[in-house]
Amino acid sequence: MKSLSLSYLDHAAATPVDARVLEAMLPYFSSVYGNPSSFHSVGIEAKRAVQEARKRIASLLNAQEENIIFTSGGTESDSLAVLGIPRTKVHLDALRAKLGEETIPHVITSSVEHHAVLEPLLFLKKRGEIELTVLDVDRQGMVAPQDVVKALKENTLLVSIMMANNEIGTIEPIADTGRAILSWRKERETPYPFFHTDACQAAGYLDLDVEKTHVDLLTLNASKMYGPKGIGLLYIRKGIRLAPLIIGGGQERNLRSGTENVPGIIGLAKAFELAQASREEESSRLTVLRDALAEELLTIPKSVLNGHTTKRLPNNVNVSFLDIEGEAAILYLDAEGIMASTGSACASSSLNPSHVILATGLSYEAAHGSIRFTLGRSTTKEDVQHVLQVMPGVVERLRHMSPVNLDMKYFEKQ
Amino acid sequence: MSDPIIKPTHEARKGDVVTPAKGKGWFYTDMVKEHFFSPKNFLEDEASYKQAYLGMVGSPACGDAMKVWLKIETIDGVERIKDFKWKTFGCASAIASTSMLSVMITEDGGMPVEDALKLRPQDIMERLGGLPARKVHCSVLGDKALRSAINDYFRKSGQHDRVEVEHGRLVDKVLKITDHDIEEAVLEGADTLEKLQEKIKVGTGDPSCIPDVEQLLRFYKEKHFGA
Repeated sequence: MKSLSLSYLDHAAATPVDARVLEAMLPYFSSVYGNPSSFHSVGIEAKRAVQEARKRIASLLNAQEENIIFTSGGTESDSLAVLGIPRTKVHLDALRAKLGEETIPHVITSSVEHHAVLEPLLFLKKRGEIELTVLDVDRQGMVAPQDVVKALKENTLLVSIMMANNEIGTIEPIADTGRAILSWRKERETPYPFFHTDACQAAGYLDLDVEKTHVDLLTLNASKMYGPKGIGLLYIRKGIRLAPLIIGGGQERNLRSGTENVPGIIGLAKAFELAQASREEESSRLTVLRDALAEELLTIPKSVLNGHTTKRLPNNVNVSFLDIEGEAAILYLDAEGIMASTGSACASSSLNPSHVILATGLSYEAAHGSIRFTLGRSTTKEDVQHVLQVMPGVVERLRHMSPVNLDMKYFEKQ
Repeated sequence: MSDPIIKPTHEARKGDVVTPAKGKGWFYTDMVKEHFFSPKNFLEDEASYKQAYLGMVGSPACGDAMKVWLKIETIDGVERIKDFKWKTFGCASAIASTSMLSVMITEDGGMPVEDALKLRPQDIMERLGGLPARKVHCSVLGDKALRSAINDYFRKSGQHDRVEVEHGRLVDKVLKITDHDIEEAVLEGADTLEKLQEKIKVGTGDPSCIPDVEQLLRFYKEKHFGA
């Protein structure tokens, strides 16, 4: 095998910790190691650092510092939001006072959400704790704001729609949906429903100002924006009550007990600042590379772009190739030093192909052949060239080995 | 300091696939990798195999599909498989297991048909040095494709009494419905789960089999009415 030049193109899965982030974190492991709840000086120093980080994060979100709850990451923040809101007594009481004792809350979400949102909601539905509407998306993976409005009911307590999709990169019209929910609430003079968004994939590329996006709850994590794994946050608009998942010493305003992950919090703040500071410049740089990569890949016969052509994350290219299977392609790419991912069933532990790609109306055959490249800060023209040199050969080789030769009509669901 | 994510060592990356959906990793054995990266005996010139005995299994909708072509000769009264060519759509373990099967069949002067009929997925796995557990059911289909091709040989050589029909697999344990029953119903026009249930009530007593039934429904629809 030839000597490897490596192209890491799986930034939607994980990003390396930025050296500046790591540097900011280091003192909080062994020097400022105190517990922020302690009254002695090393504890107070840790507490101040956490306060300072919280303040900087709040200002980037255009929020107040008391509205930021630190968690262990995106999944916990999503669970805290979508399990916590429907399980809060004051909300249930309010709905029942208005609509009758038998009322259970209604939640709206979409078919392309991350498992971290869908699974806890399906769990609540199974237990009879909520009524659930899962909205369809269009061919590009968009959730139409008017579809959200149409699904709203008197007992709708929560709407959860992601800001940008992790698999196909589609950017959802969150501000429009938020505005529509606001006016629905105003007309009916009700505080419900609350609007939650998972913004984990968006932090490096989009404006997360909660006043501009009109969201009430927002999930963010550090590991997708060159920060450490194991730290995330949930923004909760002032005055919104929700039930905690973890109960104990009462940290994070009683909403998330457990000693604060001080180095993680410092790392999250630093990573978020850096990501937002370079947001516009990095977005335009990657958009050029993204479009060059997508355009060339689509010259390979029997290929189709998954997701939206323009309303998509600047770092996401997701293409399906008919007659080949994604896991095999990923391994051939890996052998050439290219790290990507696939929505094929063979590469998932459930052995089901990507629910996101199927939700956009693509067939099982096409979902099995999907390859996702997600670019990042280290990505250059050379990486794009590297993929373009290797990918046509990989597709050709696998097609040569494949007994399948499907018609283009197999891209669409039958 | 070198960055382990941007510049991981070759050693650290070897053969491990980290999946996007669940983040789980697994390792393939060196033998699997050998057969995946340098597959043996896959069909290059279809024209020379027009007369070969053909076997098929799987569908692209299910994620795995394969075809095999056999040449069988009778030498000193023993029917031996002298040639085994294949094409596979599927993941690394599907490709590697078909490749390994082709080697097992054609080594030592060709495996006798009688022995080939007794091959089980476990035999292929053993020669590959093992496969990730959850990969076995979906990807080791080579033995089935092989039996399908041997049946083709029996039919074409007039030995109809030797054709072996696969035993049905019990899908709905409550109503004792097998995959063959589902195939029959699809052939009779049941093209949705609802219609299938109207016909044979599958899954009404045991809803846990519904995902399996839906998969079979897609598979048989494609087999009989699709590409």
